[in-house]
Amino acid sequence: MTQKRLWILLVLTAVLALALAACGGGAAEPAAAPTEAAAETVAEAPAEEAAPAEEAAPSEEGKYQIPAIEEGKYNVAFVYVGPHDDGGWTQAHDVGRMYVEENVADVHTAYVELVAEGADAEQVIRSLARKGFDVIFTTSFGYMDGSEIVAEEFPDVDIIHLTGFKANGENFGNLMGAMEDMKYLAGMLAGSRAMVDGNPKLGYMATFPIPEELRLGNAFALGAQKTCPDCTIDVRWLYTWHDPILEQEAAKSLFDGGAQVVMTGADTPAPAEAAPEGKWGITYDYKDNCTNPACLTSMYWNWGPEYARIVEGSRDGTWKGGWEYFDADTGSMGLFGFMEGEEPMPGVADLPAEDIALIKETLAAMLAGEFTRFDVFKGPITDNQGNVVLEEGESLEQADLDGFAQFGSECKTCMYWWNENITAELPELE
Amino acid sequence: MNLEIILHAGLATGTVLLFAAIGEIFAERAGILNLGVEGMMLLGAMAGFSTSLSTGNVWLGLLAAIIAGGILSLAHGLVTIHFQADQVVSGLSLTFLGTGLALVLGEGLSGQSPQLVPAFNIPLLSQIPFIGPVFFANHSLLVYLGYLLIPFTWYYIFRMRPGMHLRAVGEKPDAADTMGVSVYGTRYFYVFIGGCLAGLAGATISLSVSPGWYSTQTTSGQGWIAIGLVIFAQWNPWRAALGAYLFGALRRGILDLQGPAILLGFANPLYVNSNYGFFLQMTPYILTILALIIGSRQAIKKRLGAPAALGVPYIRGERGL
Repeated sequence: MTQKRLWILLVLTAVLALALAACGGGAAEPAAAPTEAAAETVAEAPAEEAAPAEEAAPSEEGKYQIPAIEEGKYNVAFVYVGPHDDGGWTQAHDVGRMYVEENVADVHTAYVELVAEGADAEQVIRSLARKGFDVIFTTSFGYMDGSEIVAEEFPDVDIIHLTGFKANGENFGNLMGAMEDMKYLAGMLAGSRAMVDGNPKLGYMATFPIPEELRLGNAFALGAQKTCPDCTIDVRWLYTWHDPILEQEAAKSLFDGGAQVVMTGADTPAPAEAAPEGKWGITYDYKDNCTNPACLTSMYWNWGPEYARIVEGSRDGTWKGGWEYFDADTGSMGLFGFMEGEEPMPGVADLPAEDIALIKETLAAMLAGEFTRFDVFKGPITDNQGNVVLEEGESLEQADLDGFAQFGSECKTCMYWWNENITAELPELE
Repeated sequence: MNLEIILHAGLATGTVLLFAAIGEIFAERAGILNLGVEGMMLLGAMAGFSTSLSTGNVWLGLLAAIIAGGILSLAHGLVTIHFQADQVVSGLSLTFLGTGLALVLGEGLSGQSPQLVPAFNIPLLSQIPFIGPVFFANHSLLVYLGYLLIPFTWYYIFRMRPGMHLRAVGEKPDAADTMGVSVYGTRYFYVFIGGCLAGLAGATISLSVSPGWYSTQTTSGQGWIAIGLVIFAQWNPWRAALGAYLFGALRRGILDLQGPAILLGFANPLYVNSNYGFFLQMTPYILTILALIIGSRQAIKKRLGAPAALGVPYIRGERGL
């Protein structure tokens, strides 16, 4: 008797859920499904879909779905650290992937997303290589060693790793751009905003204490110094590239700690989303993620042309896995609201004309190739321990921008310092 | 760094754990261990976010989250109560089922901004120094709801008749059955309540605390912490609340602690070397593992006051305790 009543209850709730689905759009749909699914939890194995003749079936590698190649096309795979629609770093790469798909002839692209750095990544890259992909882009720092190992095992597969520092001169290359150019300009903008608002405090959400993050933070600080000599910059370490919840908390932590403008080195547009009334966020990576009115600008990547160039070079056999590092003059990066055809964000409107002019002039010089990363890091620069990093007129060299001596870099002035206006410290390296 | 701000943020993020843990207390008090909290939370987060987005009504969103979590939990109820399957295995598969469903149905939701749960001050109470700004100012409605849920749950479980039936079913189902309490019915009901609260916990993230849909990272393992918290709290809502708010404050505290160079007159270790933050970050997970180890040992479990029939399927006349 009780059992019968329970069944009625179950059916009723399912019906209720379906009724809700009618008004709630896609939202309530899942509610109904599990009840049915559970009845046959064990019995029902996922039906294997019949694969089209020219395609091999996708396969599993641990918890990752490895996509299939298309015969007769040039197959390009991407490995992402976040979801393809994260509104930041990974989405910028996915836009690049679509550019390749549209602009390179006879090419097939695919991606694996949310791949953990380290051992998982190596397995995924190896599976892609085994599947027969011709080019693999691995788009996170922690994929570096895995990419190197797999490149050695599969000499016919070209692997391009992003943001690391290794390459083998053959089929394993390294690609990154001088985002410090755009961070420098964003620093000017943030400083100008903080001056106008009368609160000379900025914030930087940094991911890991690696050269890239210190370089980008310092570039931002150097830019801020130009328009706001009194500004100080508070730092929060995230120890992750992509954790939307933690990023929001870190942004709130900076805002609550007094920061007027917060800039991020992580993947999502959290600073703009978490900005309280009257404060500002600067987003990163993806052109279209500066939509919140509290967003001042976005320092974004435009990977498409670089990817297309590499894929075509790889097919022709002209591409060699070296060490590629581009500046703003390649057109592969931008400062949202200041590039051609873009409207400035509302938070930029009431800033002093001379600051805006400075940003525009510097940006124009960067796009023309007259102002590069070596001009961003040009003396005099003092660190926040009181040491002189660079004398007047000196510039850092490439090795200095991207290395710690402890990891075998030949840097002389290694990127392990904070600019004088940053209120944070770095632990001693062994 | 400001204690007031950390505690305020802790209460907000802790509310997520609070709902999930209290839901799990209900289910476990009835004798059903549900390890699918993470899956139910994620489904709730997705359903709430999506419904609020498409209808423009956040209350419908919360309702959808509650129903989605509840109905998913009935799958667990069916498998473990009716078919007497292993509760651990079923709970784990529920996590996968919920996560998978939420990911498929949540595709394309990221980057959208639906209506959110409103935040407001409680008049008068928010004027009290320190207590006011921490507990009663600028919190989302769900946080205040959490405050009310704690004493209610305690009173319900320990003082009201249906609560006594609930405990009887979890402690000695055959005796409860003899007394005319429907063991199956009671277990289904509280598993369902547990699922509803887990769904609400998910929506608390996506519609209030950290608004947005970020696939699996929306809940990022908080369901597991909630399960550990239940053991840690000895199936008592007051202790669960304390633990939830503590973990919430800890999450935020780790970040805020990186700010000041000098803390209480000493050089701040997290300022000098932020790597120390890892140890603080580990604490909720270490405590969860510890709680799960303790919880898996029968002898200790008894002393902690675990429901005697927790995890044991009931078949009338065959396998009573």
